[in-house]
Amino acid sequence: MLWDWGYALEILPVLGQAAIITIEATLLGFAMAAVLGLVFAILRMLGPAVAWPVSMLIELVRSTPLLIQIFFLYFVLPKFGVTLDAFTAGVLALGLHYATYCAEVYRAGLENIPRGQWEASIALNLSLYTTFKDIILPQAIPPVVPPLGNYLVALFKETPLLSAIAVLELMQTAKILGSETFRYVEPITLVGALFLAMSLVSAALIRQVERALGRRFVR
Amino acid sequence: MTLDRATPMVKFAGVTKRYGRLTVIDGLDFAIAHGEKVALIGPSGSGKTTVLRMLMTLERIDGGVIWVEGEPLTHVERGGRLVPADARHLRRVRGKIGMVFQHFNLFPHMTALKNCMEAPMTVLGLPKHQAAERAAELLDMVGLAGKKNHYPSQLSGGQQQRVAIARALAMRPKVMLFDEVTSALDPELVGEVLNVIRKLGAEHDLTMLMVTHQMGFAKEFADRIAFFHRGKIEEEGKPEEFFGNPKNERTRQFLRAVLDAV
Ligand SMILES: Nc1ncnc2c1ncn2[C@@H]1O[C@H](COP(=O)(O)OP(=O)(O)O)[C@@H](O)[C@H]1O
Ligand SMILES: [Mg+2]
Repeated sequence: MLWDWGYALEILPVLGQAAIITIEATLLGFAMAAVLGLVFAILRMLGPAVAWPVSMLIELVRSTPLLIQIFFLYFVLPKFGVTLDAFTAGVLALGLHYATYCAEVYRAGLENIPRGQWEASIALNLSLYTTFKDIILPQAIPPVVPPLGNYLVALFKETPLLSAIAVLELMQTAKILGSETFRYVEPITLVGALFLAMSLVSAALIRQVERALGRRFVR
Repeated sequence: MTLDRATPMVKFAGVTKRYGRLTVIDGLDFAIAHGEKVALIGPSGSGKTTVLRMLMTLERIDGGVIWVEGEPLTHVERGGRLVPADARHLRRVRGKIGMVFQHFNLFPHMTALKNCMEAPMTVLGLPKHQAAERAAELLDMVGLAGKKNHYPSQLSGGQQQRVAIARALAMRPKVMLFDEVTSALDPELVGEVLNVIRKLGAEHDLTMLMVTHQMGFAKEFADRIAFFHRGKIEEEGKPEEFFGNPKNERTRQFLRAVLDAV
């Protein structure tokens, strides 16, 4: 028989544990991507001396595979005296990688703010910090929540790459289960199903957030 | 430096502004006295907006010095010489200046009241209740007491522009700049904004510099008219003599054109 329900039920709790690791890696990685991406986007607006090195870093990160970045943080950084556990290295790599994509999204949002908003801020003598915090970002961020949400789901679907450095997330756990029992059908199928379920749930959540943000603006 | 009513509130001394190879303001010498109301008129592209924007520090200047109350705005004195000012100096001196824009530039995510509270709280450090009180008074003054909690999108153009005036006044500027503040309005809304400006002129000791195409208003309201042509003041004078007996041929042409258009 191809599918063994008894075995499937037996491994479900183990996979449930692994799913929690996957979710943790996703949320932490995305939190980092969202914050760092915004920092990148703002730094790139502060004149060429700052923008240039930031753009170089972004280009470097985008032009190399995420898997290599994960390996780099986990296996190469220790040679420079920075040792990270697998989970931390994986989260940092995800966060940095997606920060470069989020930066582009924020940039589009920032560029959409009319020049008059900046000029009114100067005329009112607001500091640069206040201008960003109170005037620009509250207008620039809500419209970019949908594309940011897409990157959240994309990042989530790339967490199986962390199995390459043996983080016990869903994929790695399924591989271990399979190699112990020589049955791969149930673990891999269940992992796929869990990813599908979580993707659908998060897509629904993102739509909720969008709607809540939409309500804040009476336009 | 002694400050008295004789020191000009604003002085442009040999100010030049270029965009690339195009010189848009050409060695402008122009002084505005305390409390004086000056209307800038002239054809489109003659540099009127640029004059206001340079004073608001929205544009860097390429030559000359702008003075505010006897103090250099664009420069600082160092070792007896004037060197270009840094951001801190610009910020301090431009606190004396407020500006109202043609397209209002209100903050769309804030109510009318919040629009008027933001700068007093974050720049002047006013406590919230005090900022709210000042904002409410000013909205009342511009006739919008009932619209405090409306967002800009819920207001007409004339109402938005009046909020913008209140917002600028909340910073207690000494100089107010108005750049074609009624040009984006439907004709029936122009009057309510001009009335607010009249009231300001009558009740406050404000120095005002306004770019306008409303010749009737300029004639009635301004102490002095300055006619710009190609980045220079071609002719200036008191409204009666300027409109009654323009000396310059270009002024006469311009006045004929705008008066015909009405
Ligand atoms: N940012 C800019 N870049 C290039 N040219 C500009 C810019 N802003 C204004 N100009 C030019 O400067 C001249 C004066 O413009 P402006 O001060 O807006 O005139 P006005 O307000 O009298 O219509 C015009 O020729 C205009 O095209
Ligand atoms: Mg103009």
